[in-house]
Amino acid sequence: MYAFDYHKPASLQEASDLMASADDGAYLAGGMTLIPTLKQRLAAPSDVVDLAGIAGLAGVTVDGDVVKVGGMTRHADVAACEALPALADLAGRIGDAHVRNRGTIGGSVANSDPAADYPAAVVALAAEVHTNKRTIAGDAFFTGLFETALQEGEIVTAVDFRVPDAAAYAKFPNPASRYATVGVLVARYGDAVRVGVTGAGPCAFRATALEEALSAEFAPGAVDALAIDHSDFNTDLHASAEYRGHLLGVLAKRAVEGCSG
Amino acid sequence: MATETGIGASVKRKEDARFITGAGRYTDDLNAPGQTWAVFARSPHARAKLGGIDTGAALATDGVVAVFVGADLKADGIGDLPCGWMVKSKDGSDMVQPPHPPLAVERVNYVGEPYAVVIGETLDAARNGAEAVQADFEELPPVVDVASAAGAEQIHDAVPNNQCYDWELGDQAATDAAFEKAHHVTRLDIVNNRLIPNAIEPRAALGEYDAAAGTYTLHTTSQNPHLERLVLAAFVQVAPEAKLRVISPDVGGGFGSKIFVYAEETAVIWAAGKLRRPVKWRADRSESFLADAHGRDHATHAELALTEDGEFLGLRVQTKANMGAYLSTFASSVPTYLYGTLLAGQYKTPAIHVQVQSLFTNTAPVDAYRGAGRPEATYVVERLVETAAREIGMDPADLRRRNFIQPGDFPYETPVALTYDTGDYDASLDKALAHADYAGFAERRAESEARGKKRGIGFSCYIEACGLAPSQVALSLGAGVGLFEVGEVRVDVTGSVTVTTGSHSHGQSHETTFAQIISDKLGVPFENVTVLHGDTGRSDYALGTYGSRSLAVGGSALVKASDKIIAKGKKIAAHMLEANEDQMAFEDGAFRVVDSNQSLTFAEVAFAAYVPSNYPLEELEPGLSEKAFYDPPNFTYPAGAHICEVEVDPETGVVRIDQFVAVDDFGQIVNPMIVEGQVHGGLAQGIGQALLEHGVYDESGQLLSGSYMDYTMPRADDLPNFLVDTTTTPCTHNPLGVKGCGEAGAIGSTAAVMNAVTDALGVASVPMPATPETVWRTLREG
Repeated sequence: MYAFDYHKPASLQEASDLMASADDGAYLAGGMTLIPTLKQRLAAPSDVVDLAGIAGLAGVTVDGDVVKVGGMTRHADVAACEALPALADLAGRIGDAHVRNRGTIGGSVANSDPAADYPAAVVALAAEVHTNKRTIAGDAFFTGLFETALQEGEIVTAVDFRVPDAAAYAKFPNPASRYATVGVLVARYGDAVRVGVTGAGPCAFRATALEEALSAEFAPGAVDALAIDHSDFNTDLHASAEYRGHLLGVLAKRAVEGCSG
Repeated sequence: MATETGIGASVKRKEDARFITGAGRYTDDLNAPGQTWAVFARSPHARAKLGGIDTGAALATDGVVAVFVGADLKADGIGDLPCGWMVKSKDGSDMVQPPHPPLAVERVNYVGEPYAVVIGETLDAARNGAEAVQADFEELPPVVDVASAAGAEQIHDAVPNNQCYDWELGDQAATDAAFEKAHHVTRLDIVNNRLIPNAIEPRAALGEYDAAAGTYTLHTTSQNPHLERLVLAAFVQVAPEAKLRVISPDVGGGFGSKIFVYAEETAVIWAAGKLRRPVKWRADRSESFLADAHGRDHATHAELALTEDGEFLGLRVQTKANMGAYLSTFASSVPTYLYGTLLAGQYKTPAIHVQVQSLFTNTAPVDAYRGAGRPEATYVVERLVETAAREIGMDPADLRRRNFIQPGDFPYETPVALTYDTGDYDASLDKALAHADYAGFAERRAESEARGKKRGIGFSCYIEACGLAPSQVALSLGAGVGLFEVGEVRVDVTGSVTVTTGSHSHGQSHETTFAQIISDKLGVPFENVTVLHGDTGRSDYALGTYGSRSLAVGGSALVKASDKIIAKGKKIAAHMLEANEDQMAFEDGAFRVVDSNQSLTFAEVAFAAYVPSNYPLEELEPGLSEKAFYDPPNFTYPAGAHICEVEVDPETGVVRIDQFVAVDDFGQIVNPMIVEGQVHGGLAQGIGQALLEHGVYDESGQLLSGSYMDYTMPRADDLPNFLVDTTTTPCTHNPLGVKGCGEAGAIGSTAAVMNAVTDALGVASVPMPATPETVWRTLREG
C-alpha cells in the first residue's frame, strides 16, 4: 500500500468538498475492491475519503412498491430484507460472509465490475440510482467496463428498486472467485418482462431479445429457440464468450422457472 | 498398551489449542531486534536477456538499506541452488543440470524469477526500493508447453533440445512382445495438469547473524530443516554446517512445496551476514503463485495390452515431464523413481516399459507436490484400466479383480523395480463397493436420467511407495542424501519424557501421534510426553517430512530408541530388585520380575538412573536417554480403493460429486481421527486437481492463474461428505506395522473422479480439470 491521506467526513457536502480538493481522491465505501487494490499497489490515490461516517446512508426502507436501499447498506442487510426476495437472494450470494458484512451496494454499483451481482438487479428491477446530485435511471447507469454514468466526485446515496410481480436471480458463479460468470435477473411487471444480465459483457445490460420473447410468453420454453449474440461477451480462463452466451440462455430459463417457484 | 491415549486411540491433537486460538508461532510471527525486510525484484518476462541492473534509484529510496544482485552473491562465493537427485538417461549419460543462481544473472527464465533483493528498514521501504530497481531486459521467445518443448528454442546454453534427461525403466523388448500377442490394446493420451501448491502459510524466512559467535540462525518454513542446512552449507556455501542453525517453527502446510531450498531464504541468510542485521522475508500470495515450486504437468501416451479375457499382458508409457525453468531440489526424481516405479499399480502386469523425457520450459520450477509422481502414475494406470474395461465390455471392478496381485503373491516383485511387502487389494475394493452400494448404481443412474442429468461411477485402485526410503536403494538410484530418520527419547528425572525427532510437522500432528507412541511403549502418561522437532540445534541430522515418511521412518526411530530405554531400564530394575536381567519384563509401564510380585514403576527407574545411589555404576552409565537412527529396509506400500459417483448437469457442464468412498490400507493406525483428517485433505486436493485446479500460463509465459480470483482452490461446498474406511495388512518390515497416510487421498482420488466423469459422459477421456466449460464442450463436440 502506498501512503495516502485518510478522511472521514460527517456529511455528503464535506465528502464532495474533500474529493474536489484532492489531487487524486478515492471514495471508500465497504472497501471490498478498493482495499485489495491498494494493498497490491495497483492504485495510488492521494486521498481516501471514507463514507462510513455520514449518517443516513445505510438501511433498507419500503414505501409502497419501492424498496429503497441506502448507498452504504451492507449486502448482509439486503440479504435479510423480505420485501424483495429476488434481491435478497442475489445479495445473499455475493462473495462470502465476510464480504457481505463489509461490502455496500453503493460501492458495488459505482465500481461497475463486469462480474458483480448487484448491477443485474439495478438494470432489471427498474431501479433509480440516487446520488448527491441527481437521479439516474438504473438501466442507463452502467456505461462500460468499470464505467458508470457517475460524474467526478458523485456519490451513490441510495438505489430505489421497484417491486415486481415476480422475479428471480440465476447465477453461474466463477468457480474460483465466486463472482458471476453470468448472472441473470428476470423480473415481470404485469405483461412486461425485464432481464438484467451481469458477467457476460463489459458491464450489466438488459437482454432485450430475451425480454421480448418472455414478454410474449412468460415460460421457460420461450427462450429455448433464441439465438444469443455473444460476439461482445467476455472470455477468460473459466468461460469463453460462446459458453457465456450458452449460459445466458440456460440461466434465463432457470430464472423464469424461479419466478414461479 | 491399549489405553485411551495409546496407539489406536483417536486422541485430540495437542497442537490444536494453540493453532485455533492464534497462539501458534510461525516464522512471520518472529521478529528480531534491528530487523530489516527483504523484497525481491522479480522478472516480468518469461524469457529475456538480463542486461545491466541499475540499483541507484532503489538505493536512493527512503529507508532502503542495501540492494543486492546475482553478481554480488557470486562475488561472495555463494553457489547455485543444486538438485539433489542425479538421474541418468537411458544412454547412461548424466542428466543435464543448468546453473540455477539464487538471483538471476545474464538471463531470466520465468515470470517471477528473482534478480535482485532490496533490503529496507521497513517492508514498505523495501517494496518501494524493489519497484525502483531498473533492469534492461531483452525479451526472447519463451517455451511454455512441455509437449512441444523439445523442438522449441533452446532455453539454457548447456541444454540441447531443452532436455534434462531421457530416462527409461522396465524391459522394452518383453513389453513390445507382450503387445504383439495382445488381443486388445487400450490407448490413451493423458495430460496431468499443472498444480500450484498453496499452503495456507506462505513461505517466509528470518535470517540472523551473531557476529560475536560467528553463527547464523535461519528460521524458515521448511519441511526438512537439516536438509536446508546441508544444502546452504555444503553447496551454496553460506556458512559451515556447524555455524548454521536452521529452525522450522510452526509451519502452516507444505504439501511438498516447502521441502525445497529456494532462492529467497538463501538470499536472506546471506544478506543477514553481509549486513550484520537480521533480515526477514515473507512471500505474499502473489509471490507464492509465481515462485513456489509447482506440481505435476505431464503429457503422456499410454497403452495397455490385454488378452481376450482381460488379463493384462503389458503396459507401455511415454511421458514428457515439465521441469520448469530450473531443476528444483528433488525435481528430477519425481517423474522417474516416484513415477515409473509405481506403474504396476495393484496388478500383475508382467511386462512394463516406461520412458520419460524431462524438459525445461520458461515456467516456474516443478517439483514434488502431495503424492509426487505417484498421483501421475495412478492416473495413467487407473484411467487405462477403466477405459480398457469399457472397451472390452467387462465390469471395471471385475477387470481389476482379474488382475490384482493376490495376498499369497507377497512379497511381490514388480517389473518396475519395487518389491511390495504386503497387501489385500480385493479386501479394500470389496469394502469400497459395499459402501458405495455399487449394486444400486443402475437405479440411481436411471433416476438421474429421469431428471435430465447424467450419472457416472469411477474407480481407482491405487498403490503408493511411501516411507522414503531405504538409503542404499535411494543412493544407488542417484539420491544425494540417505533417507533414514533419527529419534531421541530423553527420560526426565521425574519420569516425564522429552522426545526429539528429525521429522517435521507442518500439519501432520507429530506432537500428538509421536506422544501416543511413546506413551504406549513406555507407559508414560500421554500428557507427560513432549515432542520437539524442526530444529537442527535440537536433533541430530535427519531428513524431515515428505513422502508420507514421518510415522513409518521417524516413528520407527522413536520405537527403536524406546526399546533401548526399556532395555536399559531392565538392567537398572534388575539391579534394584536383585534379579537377573533376563527375568525382567516391562509391561503396563512397570518393570517386573517375572513370576513374582516385585516391580518398579517407570518413574522409579528413571529417578534411580539420575540419582544413582542404588545403581550399578561400574557396569552401566547413569542417565536414561537414548537415540536411534532408523533406515527402512523397504518402502511401505499403502494402497486402497476409491469410488466416486458424480452427477453432471448437461446444460451447464457442472460436475457434482454425489458420493466419494475411500477405503485405504495404511497398515496399523496410531490415531484414526488424524488419519481420517489426512485422508480428507488429500481427497480435497485430488478432487481439486480433477475438477478445479489448473496452473495456466499463456503463450507469452505469463501466469494467468496467479491469484484466488482465477486459481480454483477446492472449498467445502465443492466436496461431498466423504465416506472413509480402512482395511489393514500391517507393514511387514517396520516395528509399528505402519505404512503412511499423508498422500493417499491425493494419489487415489483424481483418477476415480475422472473415471466417473468419463462414465457419465460416455466418452473415453475428458481434459483435466473437468471444468464446466470443458465438460460442456466435450458433450457438444464428443
